[in-house]
Amino acid sequence: MKRTVKVTVNGVTHTHEVEPRLLLVHYIREVLGLTGTHIGCDTTSCGACTILMHGKAVKSCTLLTAQADGAELTTVEGLAKDGELHPIQEGFWEEHGLQCGFCTPGMMLTAVDLLRRIPNPTEEQIRWGIEGNLCRCTGYQHIVNAIQYAAKKLRGETPAKAAR
Amino acid sequence: MAVTKLFGASVKRREDPRLITGQATYTDDLTLPGMLYAHIVRSPHAHAKIVRIDTAAARREPGVVAVYTGKDLAGKLNPIPTAWLVPNADLRTPPHPALATDVVRYVGDGVAVVLGETRFAARDAAALIQVEYAPLPAVVDQQQAARDGAVQIHADAPKNLAFTWRVAGGDAEHAFADAMRGGVIVSQRFVNQRLIPNAMETRAVIAKYTSGSGELTVWGTTQNPHIARFLMSVVTGIPEHKVRIIAPEVGGGFGSKIPFYADEAIVAYCARATGRPVKWVEDRRENYLATIHGRDHITELEAAAHRDGTITALRGRTWANLGAYLSTAAPGVPTILHGLILTGPYVIPNVSYEVLGVFTNTSPVDAYRGAGRPEATYLIERMVDLVADAVGMDPVDVRRKNFIKREQFPYTTVEGLTYDSGDYPPALDKALDLVGYQRLRDFQKQGPKNGRYLGVGISTYVEICGLGPSSVAGAVGFQGGLWESATVRMHPTGKATVFTGASPHGQGEETTFAQVVAEELGLPLDDIEVVHGDTGAVSMGWGTYGSRTTVVGGAAIVLAARRVRDKAVKIAAHLLEASEGDLLFDQGRFSVRGSPDRAKTIQEVTLAAYLAWNLPQGVEPSLEASAYYDPSNFTFPFGAHVAAVKVDADTGEIELRRYVAVDDCGRVINPLIVDGQVHGGLVQGIAQALWEGAVYSPDGQLLTGSMMDYAVPRAHMFPTFVTARTETPSPHNPLGVKGVGETGTIASTPAVVNAVLDALRPLGVTHLDMPLTPERIWNAIHGKG
Repeated sequence: MKRTVKVTVNGVTHTHEVEPRLLLVHYIREVLGLTGTHIGCDTTSCGACTILMHGKAVKSCTLLTAQADGAELTTVEGLAKDGELHPIQEGFWEEHGLQCGFCTPGMMLTAVDLLRRIPNPTEEQIRWGIEGNLCRCTGYQHIVNAIQYAAKKLRGETPAKAAR
Repeated sequence: MAVTKLFGASVKRREDPRLITGQATYTDDLTLPGMLYAHIVRSPHAHAKIVRIDTAAARREPGVVAVYTGKDLAGKLNPIPTAWLVPNADLRTPPHPALATDVVRYVGDGVAVVLGETRFAARDAAALIQVEYAPLPAVVDQQQAARDGAVQIHADAPKNLAFTWRVAGGDAEHAFADAMRGGVIVSQRFVNQRLIPNAMETRAVIAKYTSGSGELTVWGTTQNPHIARFLMSVVTGIPEHKVRIIAPEVGGGFGSKIPFYADEAIVAYCARATGRPVKWVEDRRENYLATIHGRDHITELEAAAHRDGTITALRGRTWANLGAYLSTAAPGVPTILHGLILTGPYVIPNVSYEVLGVFTNTSPVDAYRGAGRPEATYLIERMVDLVADAVGMDPVDVRRKNFIKREQFPYTTVEGLTYDSGDYPPALDKALDLVGYQRLRDFQKQGPKNGRYLGVGISTYVEICGLGPSSVAGAVGFQGGLWESATVRMHPTGKATVFTGASPHGQGEETTFAQVVAEELGLPLDDIEVVHGDTGAVSMGWGTYGSRTTVVGGAAIVLAARRVRDKAVKIAAHLLEASEGDLLFDQGRFSVRGSPDRAKTIQEVTLAAYLAWNLPQGVEPSLEASAYYDPSNFTFPFGAHVAAVKVDADTGEIELRRYVAVDDCGRVINPLIVDGQVHGGLVQGIAQALWEGAVYSPDGQLLTGSMMDYAVPRAHMFPTFVTARTETPSPHNPLGVKGVGETGTIASTPAVVNAVLDALRPLGVTHLDMPLTPERIWNAIHGKG
């Protein structure tokens, strides 16, 4: 018995009929075709599926699409504006905050939420702030640097660059 | 971008723009018209006879297109082979059918596949398949499996032995006899626990078969597309030149995406049988069962030493758990990649070591970051500390005493490897200095504070990577070559495409290889594209693992680039009416010595090569070159790591306070990328010491069956790592590089374990097995271990 949902994703509103059991991450990836959001586990443990719902980080694998009815979502595809990278994307690029890239979309969106709540986080706050996101490649250190870079940029400061 | 020197520069990665904007395509991001979804039904028993499979109800379900069992596949698919036939080891290679027919041998062993129009139709229907099993006794521990009376898992592997491998040199018996008269002998049992690789992307395969052309196209999460193509052809019978394997973006591998898996063959079969594309994607719990595990060694080892700390001999045996079937590289990992580097960076002239490869009713085990070398480094670095305890010396001094000296390189070890270059003391000095070793020891002498004990642990390692010389590969039974291919193709407008047979999946070679070519040919970085991961586009190659991509793949690329330059010089000389010897080449410009205005850019030369209006005699049109580089030796990165921990005696909790890694990977192309590789390796190696571990129940159920039970490490569990380097180029590699992808994992596990045991020494604890959980620590302290 399908349900009608109306979801605004990256500023575009979609209306679809979906099965009640359809996970939000499957709706985003397979119905909307936005494959930047990834699936890394089946126990809400890894955070690869993290998106923003009303600006707050949520794990889209643990939400039903029906729960997102009427919501405003941001996925990784919605971070850059008019071809200009979001400071978090710039930070990940400048600081080598990614290797295989699979955890990266979810990691960046968690970071966006973290920096919204704590604009000037300590390293410890960053490390705890991303505890819901697993990365197997980077060892996290450059991710921390990337988030610190983005924090500076969002505060209007000019971060030093690690890369050329 | 006007950059003068790219080799050694922390250039931003070319891979990143598509990855950070969500535009990259991983296997599960692809859909093809008419695509079916495959769900594999897997055994819930560790060991059982299959009595009956009833698929009728599943086949009747709406949305289900087909259901196949092992019987349907018999005769249509060859068994899944192992590709490392280690010689002189009495190797047994029992058949491994793609889907089990009579017997299932581990929880996760596939018995049927359901094809549905949707992912959920296939999964729902799978629940309707009825499999009647007759359970058999199961064995999960490798020592138990190798005993008389243990249940036999394969008919042609008595005592469940897949192989018995030995390495020996010198006269260990004599050295031990000597040690009994006035020396020391240290004995210890070590467990290197089973790990689950946990690449963030699980495995996935899409296969499409076009009967009209007989072509099979496969998109899949592989670290080595050409090897996958070869094995796919062997297993399916589809001719190799009709098979195309594409690795799209791959989300990590760490060795777990090297093997050719039964799932890949099954999906290919399904595509051929139905005439429709078929996709299969693991969920994480399935990944934990169906993707290879790592490590799982039980070792009994002894060291003989003089009272002055000189280690004279090693003697011992390892039982290596291989799981239920031999995975692709499995026989070589605990033997060639492990036993041959047992003596590490030390002069130890007498070795007698045996490795038993044992089948058990568990998931197959294969290469996982470090693949045999972490296990060896763990043994020798723990042993050095135990010897230090026995003779009452600082473990730093025992290491220094036994190091191979710089003058001794190239150094041939008693196991038969020739280490290319090395200079171990400076790396150790640097690490000790960076960690503040003396101050830590002084602080430690003051005793525990608030019941918290400080411990310092060292790991000085050397490892064998840059796989590898093909003749050696053949000699040790690897059923492939280990050279690498490269093509550098200039285009008429002066841009370049670089093809590599390596297959990076996060390691950044699209950037570093472009840096190398940019440097050789004086091209802007943005004018170079690196292509990999598609057997339809790239010449035969051997993939990415064993820290070989930059070492072997990069060497092939620089040689190809130099061949391009050599041809360009000929054309430039002709165009400039000068002799080749009179030309200078700098920043992409050929100029005549003494007449700097008489010059041609490489772009002009390239266009001339393609227009062919005026080429010198004997020079063919176009400007591209290939190279196939076969290294003359492995490479031997080395280094020194130091960990400082605080252990709370009341709770058993461990805090990793400080971690210093000094690594020597030879010359460095991109420092930021090298640091990233080290950090990633450190986290995996430290996690093995402190948190990770795959646990089976005695009857073969994987208890750590999801990310809720298996402790994949998180950011807050680590301090900021301090990394530094020494640079001792590899003398036989054209780039002077040694590889660094696995060093962090190899070195860090024993550094942390040594640190914890150093902390616990005053409490009388001499050894503990990993992971060093608070419970284990507490029990050991309170005598309940």
